[in-house]
Amino acid sequence: MSEIAGRLFSWVNDRLPIVNTFERHLSKHPVPSKVNFWYLFGALAAVTLIIQIVTGIWLIMPYSNTEEQAFSSIEYIMRDVDYGWVIRYMHTTGASLFFAVVYLHMFRGLLYGSYQKPKELVWIFGCTIYVAMMAEGFLGYVLPYGQMSYWGAQVIISLFGAIPYVGESLELWVRGDYYISGITVSRFFALHVVALPLVLIALVFLHLVALHEVGAGNPEGVDIEKYLDDDGIPLDSVPFFPYKVLNALVAIGVFGIVFSVIMFFFPEGGGYFIEMANFEKANPLVTPDHIAPVWYYAPFYTMLRAVPDPLGGLIVMAAAVAIFFIVPWLDNSKVASIRYKGIYSKVAITLFGVSFLTLGYLGTVGVTEIRKTMSVVCTIIYFAYFLLMPIYTKFETTKVVPERL
Amino acid sequence: MQEEDKTRRKVLIGLTSAVGLSGLPFAATPFIAAWNPSAKAKAAGAPVKLDVSKMQFGQQIQVAWRKQPVFIVRHTKNSLKSLDLVLPKLADPNSDQIEEPYRGLNLSRSKSPEYSVFSGVCTHLGCAPKYFPEVEPKPWDASWNGGFFCPCHGSMFDIVGRVFKGVPAPTNLIVPPHMFEGSILTIGEDKEL
Repeated sequence: MSEIAGRLFSWVNDRLPIVNTFERHLSKHPVPSKVNFWYLFGALAAVTLIIQIVTGIWLIMPYSNTEEQAFSSIEYIMRDVDYGWVIRYMHTTGASLFFAVVYLHMFRGLLYGSYQKPKELVWIFGCTIYVAMMAEGFLGYVLPYGQMSYWGAQVIISLFGAIPYVGESLELWVRGDYYISGITVSRFFALHVVALPLVLIALVFLHLVALHEVGAGNPEGVDIEKYLDDDGIPLDSVPFFPYKVLNALVAIGVFGIVFSVIMFFFPEGGGYFIEMANFEKANPLVTPDHIAPVWYYAPFYTMLRAVPDPLGGLIVMAAAVAIFFIVPWLDNSKVASIRYKGIYSKVAITLFGVSFLTLGYLGTVGVTEIRKTMSVVCTIIYFAYFLLMPIYTKFETTKVVPERL
Repeated sequence: MQEEDKTRRKVLIGLTSAVGLSGLPFAATPFIAAWNPSAKAKAAGAPVKLDVSKMQFGQQIQVAWRKQPVFIVRHTKNSLKSLDLVLPKLADPNSDQIEEPYRGLNLSRSKSPEYSVFSGVCTHLGCAPKYFPEVEPKPWDASWNGGFFCPCHGSMFDIVGRVFKGVPAPTNLIVPPHMFEGSILTIGEDKEL
C-alpha cells in the first residue's frame, strides 16, 4: 500500500515540483534564529486573509446585492440562516482584526527597518496590500446598505467630487446613479468579492516571493548572510519548517482565542467594529447625527477633517497613505533596528505612534475647537516623522550592530 | 547585415505595439461606459413636482429629487429681513463662487421671493444639514439666527442656504434647476433655461 502511495507521489513529483518547492520555501528556507513576537503578525495576517475569503464565500450565498434586498438579506443571514450570524460576525471581526494585525505588522516594519535595502520591494508590495485592503474594507462596508454604509460611502465618494474639473462626473460614474443606489451596491459587490480579492491574493503572493528572495529580517538588524556554514547556510538561521511554523501555530492559537472572544461576546466591538447606525436601513434623506468611520480608517479621516478645504483634505489623506511607499528612501540610517538607532529616531517613532493613536481616537468622536487643534497638531507630527526622517536618521549617533545574532 | 536586421525588427515591433495599443481605448470603452448611469437610472432621476402653497410660513420641507434631499423653505417677511443680521458671517453672500443660473435672482435665492429651493447636500462631503429655525444660542454658534447645521463636520448655512465663514463647506448650498408654475414647484427642470 505504502509502496503504491510512494510510487504515485514520485509520479506526481516528477511532473510537479512538490519536494523542490517544499524544500526551497519551507524545510530548507533559512530564517533568523532569534526574532520576537513582532514577527508573528505576518502569519496572523495570512490566517485572517484565509478566514475572510472562506467566510466571504459563504456570505455571498445568502446575500442579495439589490437596493431593496441588501439590508434585509443581512437580517436574513443573521436570523434565519443556520449559523449565519457566526459566519457574518466572523467576517466583520476578521475585517477589524485583519487591520489590527496589519497595523502591528507595519509598525514592526518601521521599528526594525524591515524596508531597508534589499527589502524595498517587499515593503512596497506590503504597502500596496494595505491600500487594496482599505479599498476592500470600504467596499464591503457599503454592502449591508445600512445608514452608516450609505453615509460613509456618501462622504468617501464625495471625495472624488473634490478633484477639480472631472470631480462631479467622476462621482456620478463611480455611483452609476444620482445617489448611492442598488446600482452602486451591486458594482461594489462585484469589486469586493471578485476584483479586489484577486488583486490581494496576487499581491500577497508577490510580497512572499520577494521576501523569500531577500530573506526575513530580525530585531537586531543583523545581516545573517555574513556568516555561513560549509553548506552556505547562515549560521544564525533555522529552517522555516518546522521551527517557525510551530512558533506561528502558538500565535495562531492565542489569536484564535482573542478572535473568538470578540466574535462571540463583543461582535460590534462597542460600535467600533460595526457602527450602531448600521443596524438601520439606508435613508438617503436623513444623515445620522454622528458620522464616524470604522476605527481602522479613523486616523486618515481625522486628517481629512483637519484640512478645511475638501481637495486639500483629500490630498493630505492620500499623502498620509502614499508616504509609506517612500520610507525605504527616507531612512538614511546605517542601522536597521530601533535598538541601535539614536535618540532622535526613538523619540520620533514614539511621537509618531502617539499621534497615530490620537488621530484614530479623534476620528471616532465629534469635532470641537480643541479637538480640531489637536488633529492639526497630530497630522503635522505624523508627516514630520516621515519628512524629517532623512535628517534625524543621518545626524544621530547609532550604536554598533553586533556581528552575530 | 545583422545591425540592419535589428533596426528593422525594432521598428516593426514598435509599429505593431503602437497599432495594438491604439485598440486599447476602443476595447476599454464598453467597460468604462457600463459604469455610467443606465437608462433606467436616468428615468428614475426625472423632475419632481409639488404644490408649495400648503406650506406654513417658516416651514421647511424636504423632497427627494434623484433620491437626494432638496430643501424648500417658505419664508416670512421677518425672517427675510433678519437675513441682514447674518451678512457679516457669510462667506459668499451673493453666491459669486458657484456657477448657477439663479445667481442674484432674489434674496431667497430661488425664482420665487417667498420660497428658497436648494439642495440639502452639504457642499463639503455630502451629508444632509439639519434645519434649526429657532433664533437662540446653539452649541455651535452663540448668536444663532436660524439656519442649517451639518451634523457631520459642523458646516453652517443661513436660512437661504448660504455658507458661513470658517466652516468646512466651501460653497453655498446648490440651487437645483427649478421653476414655479403658480403654486406648483418643479424641481429638476426649468423651461427658461
